[in-house]
Amino acid sequence: MTDLAWLDAALTAARPQAIGALLRYFRDLDVAEEAFQEASLRALKRWPVNGPPRDPAAWLILVGRNFAVDEARRRNKQEPLPADELISNLDDAETPLAERLDSSEYRDDVLRLLFICCHPDLPATQQIALAMRMVCGLSVKEIARAFLVSESAMEQRITRAKRRVAAADVPFETPGAPERAERLAAVAAMIYLLFNEGYSASGGSAHVRTPLCEEAIRLSRLLLRLFIGDSEVMGLTALLLLQHARTPARLDAEGNIVLLEDQDRSLWNRELIAEGHTLVEKAIRLRRPGPYQIQAAIAAVHAHATRPQDTDWEEIDQLYAVLEALQPSPVITLNRAVAVSKLRGPEAALAVIEPLAPQLDGYFHFFGLKGGLLMQLGRNDEARAAFDRAIALANTATEAAHIRMHLDRLQGQSSI
Amino acid sequence: MRYAILCYNSEAVVNAWSKAKDDAVMADHMISMEKLSAQGKLGPVARLMPTTTATTLRAGREPVVIDGPFAETKEQLLGFYIVDCESLEEAHEVARKFLHETGALEIRPVRFFHGSEPG
Repeated sequence: MTDLAWLDAALTAARPQAIGALLRYFRDLDVAEEAFQEASLRALKRWPVNGPPRDPAAWLILVGRNFAVDEARRRNKQEPLPADELISNLDDAETPLAERLDSSEYRDDVLRLLFICCHPDLPATQQIALAMRMVCGLSVKEIARAFLVSESAMEQRITRAKRRVAAADVPFETPGAPERAERLAAVAAMIYLLFNEGYSASGGSAHVRTPLCEEAIRLSRLLLRLFIGDSEVMGLTALLLLQHARTPARLDAEGNIVLLEDQDRSLWNRELIAEGHTLVEKAIRLRRPGPYQIQAAIAAVHAHATRPQDTDWEEIDQLYAVLEALQPSPVITLNRAVAVSKLRGPEAALAVIEPLAPQLDGYFHFFGLKGGLLMQLGRNDEARAAFDRAIALANTATEAAHIRMHLDRLQGQSSI
Repeated sequence: MRYAILCYNSEAVVNAWSKAKDDAVMADHMISMEKLSAQGKLGPVARLMPTTTATTLRAGREPVVIDGPFAETKEQLLGFYIVDCESLEEAHEVARKFLHETGALEIRPVRFFHGSEPG
């Protein structure tokens, strides 16, 4: 740790608010970003000498805004610019900025920024990339590395996203209640996807990419601070915390997948579990169930069991039933089948997943589970066929290696 | 005289700390705690979970539960309890007994706890 770690943290923490406010003034992602970068550079010079300002975000907004206005004026001398429109919000520049940054304005700025990153015109990959760049402040290089694409490809993805947002003529007014709920769902979905991207990598060699999970948790906590009474945002945050708590136990020393029931539960992060658990309790109190809350509740049941045999599968089965009713999806039914196999055996579970075959024909986990159930029933040839199909569909080498282990076990059994 | 030392910082900043930074801060606190403990000067120590985990009981004819931390600036921090409860619900039940005609109680789970009796 360097002495300047605090400065990094202070800049990261102030970033959503500062970029959000600069975006309100200049209505352009590039201008806002450039202004924030310039302000951050000045902070790196000043703060270590003078100490951090009392309100770092207000300082960064003020310095960034002045820089961007100067830039616009300078450019204005060379080419005419709609200067009035550009600086329309700056009339009362004398008002001490810190006083105006009341909490509701802060909330609206950060929300607007999140909403813009999750604009419905953007495909999910662009939403995530844009949020990681603008809100989290990761460099293009870092984002590219996290998604295993070249830096130039990621640069292009972000540029394209910014261009689309600019072309989409985003309303900068604070959205009304129904629109807000809709966009909130889009932001939550983006955070969930980002987490999953890190939790179960969709390609490449690394099966778990912790930094993506950590950024997703940071964003989710930020969203929860803005919507502190929203049960689904509580559920989302709880879900991510409870899943992430298991990360230290999910891979063994060789990097092989360790299934939930084989994990060393002493490696689970108890602090994250406790925090996730509290959020689930808070959400349940509100009696407005939703998919994130139920998934979090399922994760909490798993986390609660100190040994795999203590798992309350009855509760998990019931929670999945609620989830199925709320959000019918073959993947959810597939997950429910695991609980069914624990409660009523592999035959019953197979009966649950058989009808899913046409929809999950290209889904790795379908064939992984099917093979496992068939193996338990001693139907080894069919199990082998399912595992072969799973290997063909594996997203990472780790997933493939895990299935190969089952095949080896089958091989061993048949040679005896 | 016993003193309470209340720690304030920006939650966004502390959340942005890397694990290494957080561990270093905690290690630093542990050193001071050990020294104080050896001198018999250390009482209970607690690090609280984020404010997003908080609920607030607000006094009234019917006390109401609000999601989130205590946010008013008109009232001042006058004291605190640390209680061990099975659930958030039980913590609320316990807290209700401490509620008067006015004021509020924030219920926040404890993330880290070190218990000892000073003196």
